[in-house]
Amino acid sequence: MNEDAGGPNGPGPGEVWKLKLYIAGQTPRSVAALRNLRRIAEDHLCGRYQVEVIDLLENPQLAKGDQILAVPTLVKDLPLPVRKIIGDLSNTEKVLVGLDLRPA
Amino acid sequence: MAEALQKVPTGIHGFDEVTGGGLPKGRVSLVAGSAGSGKTVFAMSFLVNGAEQYGEPGLFVSFEESSEDLEVNFASQGFDLQALEEQGLVELDHIRIERSEMEETGEYDLEGLFVRLGAEIDAIGAKRVVLDTIEVLFSAFNDEVIIRAEIKRLFRWLADRGVTAIVTGESGQGEITRHGLEEYVADFVVVLNHLVSDETATRRLRIVKYRGSAHGTNEYSFLIDEKGVSVLPISSLGLRHSAPTRRVSWGIDALDEMFGGEGVYQGSSVLISGTAGTGKSTIAAGFVDAACRRGEKALYFAFEESPQQIVRNMRSVGIDLQRWLDSGLLRIHAERPQNAGLEMHLVRMNREVDEFGPSVAVVDPITNLTSIGTYSTIRGMLTRMIDALKSREVTTVFTSLTSGNERLETTDVGVSSLMDTWLLVRNLEVDGRRTRGVYVLKSRGTAHSNEVREFRLSADGIELAESVPAARAFGSGMGQTV
Repeated sequence: MNEDAGGPNGPGPGEVWKLKLYIAGQTPRSVAALRNLRRIAEDHLCGRYQVEVIDLLENPQLAKGDQILAVPTLVKDLPLPVRKIIGDLSNTEKVLVGLDLRPA
Repeated sequence: MAEALQKVPTGIHGFDEVTGGGLPKGRVSLVAGSAGSGKTVFAMSFLVNGAEQYGEPGLFVSFEESSEDLEVNFASQGFDLQALEEQGLVELDHIRIERSEMEETGEYDLEGLFVRLGAEIDAIGAKRVVLDTIEVLFSAFNDEVIIRAEIKRLFRWLADRGVTAIVTGESGQGEITRHGLEEYVADFVVVLNHLVSDETATRRLRIVKYRGSAHGTNEYSFLIDEKGVSVLPISSLGLRHSAPTRRVSWGIDALDEMFGGEGVYQGSSVLISGTAGTGKSTIAAGFVDAACRRGEKALYFAFEESPQQIVRNMRSVGIDLQRWLDSGLLRIHAERPQNAGLEMHLVRMNREVDEFGPSVAVVDPITNLTSIGTYSTIRGMLTRMIDALKSREVTTVFTSLTSGNERLETTDVGVSSLMDTWLLVRNLEVDGRRTRGVYVLKSRGTAHSNEVREFRLSADGIELAESVPAARAFGSGMGQTV
């Protein structure tokens, strides 16, 4: 495995990205967000990530815990600090900043 | 055919009168005002009253204060939010937005907020919803276009769910709210104000918009204290009160005699004026005592003495007020005039009258109010007070201190024209002896004596002697005959 795969701020050895993607139903926007997320994760996280997709229409009570108002919202629980990325994740550069894979 | 606008009572004292029944049912209303103007208290009162008085569960969503803070803060207002939450009548939710940990990329909407509110509304079957204050969304998110569209959608969504909602908004420079929330609220907008002048605070509210409903356009004074929010409805009064023919006794036969043997009309306003130490308060206390003896309720507004002091002093002239306090027929509301602005006094007095429902009242003395207002503002306040009392048929005695260097037959605050009956007490010299004299200067609609009667205060009470022959009497210190 190429150590530079994730760029200068790519994952260190043993690090795993724990991600949650909040959506509200299978809207074109949530489909786009999931597609964008998978692409970015494959390109920059080299398989070392877990994504949990949470549909608030099925589990409305989960909106409270992470204070989710906007959907789609991607929450990076690990590595710390916790960050939220709102929107369909169409801007790869901003997503990378949000995932701490690029300096802001 | 268009359906008539239905209204939901807020339970806020006076506000439902001003609005002809409360807020528009199933709509979103905007409560705007600057920081500290009372928006949150107003909104919470609407919610708690709904739960307690009308059996309508309510959801309070705070974007600023935590639920714990709200519980603590409102405990001082007499609201037991925790108990209401346990009963499932009120749900508090704190939505906390950390701007710093967010990044925005691409399109989004606020469906998460909708889902959350929807679940909470369903959980308790909420009929009332408060969002305090939704404007936080503008600073939480970058894309103002999305936020505006979503707030508009949220208000429609709330209406579709059939809940009656209040959203609060911060006043902006020259705008009703900083972010123009009023553009999205079609039906009802009220603006709260908090002014401080001469170190006394006055709160006012103004209904800017009430679609489909007649409403007063005046500014109304309101009060926030341990009893919640009270609004003083003014324009609903005026010269429309009835004119009862029943008479109310003074409790002193000789004084009743001066009014054709029957006393004054019920619901009339009576002024007792005179210089210091002439017995104005004593006559007023006698009037109160007589009402309580008849089993009627009496309310005494004291602006000079504490309740204990009044009771003690009146006991020395044989009037026992303590027993009426004990039996609950008498209530003494004692307050320094300086404790509040005129408006606030008026709101408080109005509420006391509403709550206690007295048949007679005393305001002792009105002249002490000059320390907090000009003659014209006091006159305005008394006009409103008298209107309120008359509409409830409360017979009210006002005492007024005349200072020595003014003409006796003028009052310091120039309110005599507001009064139906004017009784003047003064010091007299009769046969070289100092005594007190009382006479009726005017009494609308009743035959009254034109005599000057000497009256004495003793441990047995007030006693009126025979009339004083003019030739023998001289006004004390005034150098004029009566």
